[in-house]
Amino acid sequence: MSSPAGAAGAGAPNVAELAARGRAEKLRIFLLSLPGVLIIGVIIFVPVAWLFGLSFLEMGGGLSLVHYERLMHPSYYLTFQTTFELSFLVTAICVLLGYPYAYVMVQATGIWRSLLLVAVLFPFWTSLLVRTYAWLVLLQRRGLINNWLVGSGIVDEPIRLVHNFTGTAIGMVHIMMPFMVLPLYASMRSMDRNLLLAASNLGASPAKAFWQVFVPLTLPGLFAGVILVFVLCLGFYVTPAVLGGGRVMMWSMQIERSIAVYADWGAASALGVILLVVTLAILAAMTRIFGMQQLTGNR
Amino acid sequence: MASALPITIRNVTKSYGAFKALDDVSLDVRSGEFITLLGPSGSGKTTLLMTLAGFTRPDAGSVRFGEDEILLTPPHRRGVGMVFQNYALFPHMTVGRNVAYPLKLRKVSKADVAERVGQALDLVQLGHLVDRDVSQLSGGQKQRVALARAVVFEPRVLLMDEPLSALDKKLREQMQIEIRHLHEQLGMTTVYVTHDQREALTMSDRIAVINDGRIVQLDDPETLYERPRSRFVADFIGESYAFPVQVDGQTAAYAGRSLTLAGPPDSAAREQLLVVRPEKLRLLAADEPAGTLNVIEGMVREKVYQGESLLLYVDLPDGTSIATRQSTQREVLDRIPETGQPVRLGIDPQDTLVVPAEDRAA
Repeated sequence: MSSPAGAAGAGAPNVAELAARGRAEKLRIFLLSLPGVLIIGVIIFVPVAWLFGLSFLEMGGGLSLVHYERLMHPSYYLTFQTTFELSFLVTAICVLLGYPYAYVMVQATGIWRSLLLVAVLFPFWTSLLVRTYAWLVLLQRRGLINNWLVGSGIVDEPIRLVHNFTGTAIGMVHIMMPFMVLPLYASMRSMDRNLLLAASNLGASPAKAFWQVFVPLTLPGLFAGVILVFVLCLGFYVTPAVLGGGRVMMWSMQIERSIAVYADWGAASALGVILLVVTLAILAAMTRIFGMQQLTGNR
Repeated sequence: MASALPITIRNVTKSYGAFKALDDVSLDVRSGEFITLLGPSGSGKTTLLMTLAGFTRPDAGSVRFGEDEILLTPPHRRGVGMVFQNYALFPHMTVGRNVAYPLKLRKVSKADVAERVGQALDLVQLGHLVDRDVSQLSGGQKQRVALARAVVFEPRVLLMDEPLSALDKKLREQMQIEIRHLHEQLGMTTVYVTHDQREALTMSDRIAVINDGRIVQLDDPETLYERPRSRFVADFIGESYAFPVQVDGQTAAYAGRSLTLAGPPDSAAREQLLVVRPEKLRLLAADEPAGTLNVIEGMVREKVYQGESLLLYVDLPDGTSIATRQSTQREVLDRIPETGQPVRLGIDPQDTLVVPAEDRAA
């Protein structure tokens, strides 16, 4: 055995070599991650920076705040309001439907659990556009739902289910549901079942065990789902465009219009920047309130 | 102090398909008794405990706490405390709120809650950790908090499901003594489940050995160890070796010698197994008179020195190999024969036991 601690002085063996090995290892790790870092940089940070820059350039090319000034106009304010109202509503409905669904999924066993899981995942395997048009077919004036409602005498006249706020919300809830259910399911799955037994053993009725133990411990999954759905809703384009029929103006549609109709990249960029900033602000606020660990789901 | 209740278990049966987890189990636990359900995994001991807690619904039977039939009562109204194997502390509550939880459910006033939580935590020497997060505790501390939470509402019965299995050996032994002291202080009727026979011997007033969904022997630790009534119990509790003998009344014949038995055997069968424990065999010097000891002769096969004792493997005339544990006191060491040499082993008639050659469904 060699002499113990404090031997790192000049006489200690292999000091320089071991340090060199350590540096070489760090270099290797850096080189291995370099392609990934570069790709992320090129496809995310560069375009965002470019977008940011464009939003401060006027048509002629000079620096100005003209695009942001224009956003003060009431029509933009209305779009902003619609976007948030719709996103809140869709998120809330997703919570109300998704939580019980995930709960049933966790309780189910064997083939039933698989079926429920497939039902959630199935939309992922079909095109977003196809699903959206399918809703158009279902919800239209002479669609399946209205035919049934009229046929069974529940309503006298077909009701307007599409090309309005309602239809847009229905379609978006459907599209967003997996993003709510999957994180919820994951957090419910990973919860220790013994905790519910312990609550029951200590005197909690099933309802109390659910509200005092089960729900608090699945909040991380709920927050993750809420943030995913809400943020995705804020920037949602296809479904509101098709099911809203031009009557529901989302922020993303305003951006599209700026480019497609007015070819105004500066205005579109300014809208994009605002959406990005607001989204980040919401994420930051949520993180501040609930703590990052809760959002990422690990404790 | 909690008022302890006796537990009366009658004919409890539970099947999972063709597998009988509990096969007509009956057991009386006395009021204030510390009883351990001991058995290998899959023996049904946990199923029985879960039946008492209300988490397993048996197919038939009766369980009474005192006079009350509790089998039809939902778990949250049974008023039993339980300590889970993995602690099952609520991670979203502090230590204090975990312990306070059962009191709050019972609508105990705020001042009383604080006082009783303090007392319960003091009982397990964790009074200073009231405001700590559960995730900051060590395994041993978690187990103590779980214990405090299980007793704070003064349950009529305390159940423990292998509470120490996640702890390291040293801590486990320390906690065994602590739980034992706690039981003496609180006097609750306690049902403890373990597969660790040493833990069972250390802690229990009585031990119910369970195998294949049945209680195969119910006795105090000493009787269980000294007087096993089956090959299974002799094997499961401590170490034992068995070889076939011919029993006639209170004597057994083996390799031309007659051995005096401790008492009349349970079974009248002629072919039975003689069960010996390694530490009960005394190494006789070559010229030493056996006196009243029964004598078994054999050949030394191997010696394993283990510090505080020495294991001597001996081949018997019928080919059976047994081990004997010898003290490493100098005078014993000096007379241990070399490998391959003949050896005479003496065993007290009181320790000379026979068990039926075949256990039921063994």
